[in-house]
Amino acid sequence: MADTIYPRLIGARLRSQMSYRASFALDLLTQVLAQWIELIVILVLFGHVSALGGFAKNEVLLMYAFAGIAFGIADLFAGQLDNLPTYIRTGTFDVLLMRPLGTLPQIMVSDVRLRRVGRIVGAIAVMVYALAHSSIGWTPAKVALTILTPLAGAVIFGAIWVVTCSVCFWIVEGREFANAFTYGSNAFTSYPVNVYSAPLRWVMAFIVPGAFVAYYPSLALLGKQDPLGLPGWVGWTSPLVAVLAAVVAGFVWRFAVRHYRGTGS
Amino acid sequence: MLAGMTANVVFGLLRAAVLVAALRAANGEIADYGIAATNTYVWIGQGLLGFILLWGTNELAERVRSGDVVVDLYRPWHLQSALLAQDLGRGGYAFLTRLAPPMAFGMLLFPFQFPADAVQWPLFLVSAVIALVISFACRFLIDVSAFWLVDNRGLYGFWNVTSGLLCGLTVPVAFFPGWAREVLWMTPFPALMQSPIDVFLGHGDPLRTLLHQVFWAVALLAAGHLALQRAVRKVVVQGG
Repeated sequence: MADTIYPRLIGARLRSQMSYRASFALDLLTQVLAQWIELIVILVLFGHVSALGGFAKNEVLLMYAFAGIAFGIADLFAGQLDNLPTYIRTGTFDVLLMRPLGTLPQIMVSDVRLRRVGRIVGAIAVMVYALAHSSIGWTPAKVALTILTPLAGAVIFGAIWVVTCSVCFWIVEGREFANAFTYGSNAFTSYPVNVYSAPLRWVMAFIVPGAFVAYYPSLALLGKQDPLGLPGWVGWTSPLVAVLAAVVAGFVWRFAVRHYRGTGS
Repeated sequence: MLAGMTANVVFGLLRAAVLVAALRAANGEIADYGIAATNTYVWIGQGLLGFILLWGTNELAERVRSGDVVVDLYRPWHLQSALLAQDLGRGGYAFLTRLAPPMAFGMLLFPFQFPADAVQWPLFLVSAVIALVISFACRFLIDVSAFWLVDNRGLYGFWNVTSGLLCGLTVPVAFFPGWAREVLWMTPFPALMQSPIDVFLGHGDPLRTLLHQVFWAVALLAAGHLALQRAVRKVVVQGG
């Protein structure tokens, strides 16, 4: 049953959002703009410098674009988790538990906001520009890496969302705490990780595996050495890290849901 | 509250790291911002964000949409002044919980540029309060637009997306190219964030900065007052 019901639920959400076309178009445009705010920041900074952390403009733009696409896809499916505190506080989480479907997939399809596609479109445009203006020795493997990187990044971001939002089962007003890591990871991964101080890097790049969203895959694509000293093959491990992150997130979510106690009737 | 502070600190650390990396690549200084001034800029910005409440709740607009606003208009008060008073009260609390902690955090743990002249402290406070009033006036205008738009969420979203960049929260206004700087200073945006920071850092003439802020505070409050007056004339109350 589950394999037909999720596409149907998503389809219903999408149709309802497309019904007000002008409003939808404006929302979409706002999201493209939201994605490009950081692009403007990068361009403003490169008006004063020629390299950031040893990376040229187009190289930073590539990392920013990978991070943006990955975050956009994750936001589309996992952004709804921001509503979790409301479900828990009001007790409507009970409803999700009663249905014969997984709780996590139910939340994920509960409110797929199509306008968030705007972020993805905005980031893809920058990626195309950055790839066209970088000298990359293309091989079939590198083409595959280019396509897989945003997808693996989306899974990593999704896992971050699930793990940090699980905190809300203990601290109900934990949304801003979760946002520090979800939106914070988006900001973090948009720049080369060697610009950050060591403690921040350890937390956001390796414990939270932010460095595998855009930084290491970009190094592998561009054929650049890691200033932090990790070997070149690390750039190809992002899909593996993504699978690992998803498994961890699954366990954390199960553990957190077991902790949930309904508010009664 | 602690969660909000975590978010402020994380975003502050990220922003400071990127800006400092840019400074290093530019031999230590961009547009009067050295390492200490940049850290100061970041931590004041993170603090002001919650103090002036750049991104509000759109609550009044929702009340316009639902019709509950009639109750607000019914009361024997000037709605705009009453809400401004509320917001100033909120600011008093936010001063302790949102503005002071990130600033203290920056002062203790990072190179920090303290004002050269003691008079800059009270001037900064005045400037921050005017910034709060301007922020309120902008949010009020966006709220009141719901009288015409009914659903103002597009405008509200647009404000939330663009204001951070335009007011100098994400990157100092001084970093922008000359033409963009000139355009920005003709708008009220820098008065929301960049002005108090400039006063604290001693960038530019503080008196001029404050006058610029006062002008926008008065102009935007007046615009809000007029907009509400016009809006009230077209309110139709449904039902009894």
